[in-house]
Amino acid sequence: MTTATHAPTWTGRLRDRATKSFPPDQLLPDKQPIYVASWIYVFGVATIAALLVVLASGTLLAIQGPQWWHRSSTGHYVNSLHLWSVELFMAFMVIHLWGKFWMAAWRGKRAMTWVTGTLCFLGSIGAAFTGYLVQSNFDSQFISTEAKDGLNSFGIGSRFNVMDFGQMLMWHIFLLPLVVGLIVVIHVLQVRRRGVVPPFEIHPVDLPIDDEARV
Amino acid sequence: MSVNLNSPGHYLHWWVVQISVANAVVIAVMLTLFVLALVLPFPKGRSHR
Repeated sequence: MTTATHAPTWTGRLRDRATKSFPPDQLLPDKQPIYVASWIYVFGVATIAALLVVLASGTLLAIQGPQWWHRSSTGHYVNSLHLWSVELFMAFMVIHLWGKFWMAAWRGKRAMTWVTGTLCFLGSIGAAFTGYLVQSNFDSQFISTEAKDGLNSFGIGSRFNVMDFGQMLMWHIFLLPLVVGLIVVIHVLQVRRRGVVPPFEIHPVDLPIDDEARV
Repeated sequence: MSVNLNSPGHYLHWWVVQISVANAVVIAVMLTLFVLALVLPFPKGRSHR
């Protein structure tokens, strides 16, 4: 374990700060408190797993293009894989949200974990909605013409034009995935830094050492 | 196996609430998963010291 050296360079200071905030055994832990042995704690990582499938299937769709996902059976399959992995991503994320809400998971200096989770949820909704707009079919045309009236009613239509296919495609396949991806990384780092929130009735100081050990 | 989607959707309507059957089913499955996650026992991991 490296100790802080008060390095005179920004790279040294950044390294010292990173190793202080995220010691290796905390960044990649191999044990967790006993209360983590519950199915309700599985939905966070299930959300990330679904996100990886979303990104992989989306990458394939981007490489092959609309003719492929509309006309070939493999394209239909990958298109459906993209849709259903998003369905699972959103469902798992909402169940994760329910669990964390009833645990009051913002306790113990975990406010930023909660805030980044909320931002991830909002960004994902934007990514999902722009996905509806870039299917390049009658469904996306109908949705965009309905959505434009709602967005114009509060004046952002000139900046964010849902009937501009090119702009919506860029938001869907570059800007929003970038933002959601970065927020997910920050969210996971916050969880690693502060640890998983304990249940209400358990105060770590009250636990015998053996009980606090691990799963 | 294919599903014919070329027809009007099925909706549930109660007071001011209107929701498609498909969305209602998804929400019901999510609530079921949530409850099961709270009550089902978690498999024991490898035992440590």
